[in-house]
Amino acid sequence: MADTNSSVVKGLAARHRWHPAEIAFWLAACASFFLLPGWHNFLNEVAILALFALSLDLILGYAGIVSLGHAAFLGFAAYTAGLFAKHVHPDPLIGLAVASLASTFVGFVTGFLVLRGNDLTRLMITIGVTLIFYEIANQMGDITGGADGLQGVEMAPLLGLFRFDMFGRTAHAYSLVTLFVMFLIARRIANSSFGMSLNAIRDNPLRAAAIGIPVNRRLIAVYTLAAAFAGVAGALQAQTAQFVGLDALSFEKSADVMLVLVIGGAGYLYGGIIGAIVFKILQDVLSSLTPQYWHFWIGLILVIIVLIGRDRISKGIAGALGVFRRKPAAAPSATAKAGG
Amino acid sequence: MASASDNVVLETIGLEKRFGGLVATSDFNFKLEAGARHALIGPNGAGKTTLINQLTGVLAPTAGKVLLLGEDITHLRPDQRVRRGLARTFQINQLFPQMTPLETITLAVTERLGHGGLWWRPAGTRAGIADEVAEIAGRFHLGDVLGERTINLPYGRQRLLEIAVAFAARPRVLLLDEPAAGVPESERHDILAAVAALPREVSVLLIEHDMDLVFSFADRITVMVNGAHFTDGTPEQVANDPRVKAVYLGEGDHG
Repeated sequence: MADTNSSVVKGLAARHRWHPAEIAFWLAACASFFLLPGWHNFLNEVAILALFALSLDLILGYAGIVSLGHAAFLGFAAYTAGLFAKHVHPDPLIGLAVASLASTFVGFVTGFLVLRGNDLTRLMITIGVTLIFYEIANQMGDITGGADGLQGVEMAPLLGLFRFDMFGRTAHAYSLVTLFVMFLIARRIANSSFGMSLNAIRDNPLRAAAIGIPVNRRLIAVYTLAAAFAGVAGALQAQTAQFVGLDALSFEKSADVMLVLVIGGAGYLYGGIIGAIVFKILQDVLSSLTPQYWHFWIGLILVIIVLIGRDRISKGIAGALGVFRRKPAAAPSATAKAGG
Repeated sequence: MASASDNVVLETIGLEKRFGGLVATSDFNFKLEAGARHALIGPNGAGKTTLINQLTGVLAPTAGKVLLLGEDITHLRPDQRVRRGLARTFQINQLFPQMTPLETITLAVTERLGHGGLWWRPAGTRAGIADEVAEIAGRFHLGDVLGERTINLPYGRQRLLEIAVAFAARPRVLLLDEPAAGVPESERHDILAAVAALPREVSVLLIEHDMDLVFSFADRITVMVNGAHFTDGTPEQVANDPRVKAVYLGEGDHG
């Protein structure tokens, strides 16, 4: 009994303890800023895509809500941030907060639409909502710039100190720090009772309700939360590019972020970040090799990943790099058996 | 009117469920007394599962009422009923395959305490939760597999977890839907022992095909036939009722 008690306490603590590999990961991310000075613009884009994918992971990996319309939040926030900087105030942090709040609101309202139905209806609804946003942005050319994109976005220096330079130094630091802060929040939430209840809903909504979880309320909460995260990514994108194109609301954008999560793996928070790194490098390498046809290769890779199974591929890689994926919170006696 | 006596924890009044022309539950009146060990039996297709689904809120009845502790819960959602003290297990395991028993039980305890929506504090770190999780794990012989993923547990352990999760909701009324179904003989004993050891504060309604389990466990039996209340009584009365033998035991596929 006392034994069970201590394994419960240890098991619960292990759920939210920092794994050394996690600390190494973030140190490496930090080091990239200093060691890869020629890559600021590229790594800025990676960080933004990673945050966007982290947002999708919250609903897909944790709560099991499939979406092919996650760009709605990214794009809505990007336009909000761009317009806010242009017409109201050029400060990046204020703009970030405003844009994220705006997309949070959109997430809350559209969250009610994804409650009903199965995966297919959710896919259709999320695609449909994003198409609507896309067409609105396209039609309201006077405000959004339409197909030409929103131009003339000029940002004030970050914290009043750091100008956004052409090498992307400030942008990279800004996006990376923001990604880290948002990651910490996501990690904290994922390890909370709320986060655990999302896993339960993903695994078995019927049973989740049967232990007293208000399923719909939790789903709306996480959908709204994910919209807030995607909104921050959208604001970063608009502010660091100082431009918003219609592609921020495109179907491709939603599909890409799903692809990123498939590459990196859903449901453990790092999948979006790892996927974003791999995706961006692939995009960079492949499009320099075959500029016109890089989608061919990314398509091939997607098919291979899905057919072979990401688990099998990542287990091979993880075996080589040291285990990254979170094992289930293990009681001491179980750790030995869990093994690989 | 049919007001609940102090001793009744769960009651149905004129419960009726129709699926188109099919009457699955017909004018069903039933009372579960506090501390009861009550079994609900009936031939296949008698409507037991449909009844359970109405009690727990998965299905809405066409007519009639469900009272829990004297309160009308007919229109409450399943999760609201759980928070008022009505928990269930499932005939076919309904667990969280990717989660561990530790997480599953912790979750059930936190939800019962109303902390389930807390999104900042790490799960299960409030004072007292670990003790309670350990107590439940010990009671249902899950202490040595707490860290395994549920999907990897032997079937008998999953059945125990099924009951443990429902028990973690600290229900006043526990509906057990064929708790030993599909469990290999070698693991059956643990489950029967766990069911027998449920504390008396929990009133139990057992839905079961296995007559050995029914007669060893129940102090009262209700027989359901064709969606309707057929008879009820003590195990002796039911066992000796020739009409029950005719409709139920005579059916032949369950002993």
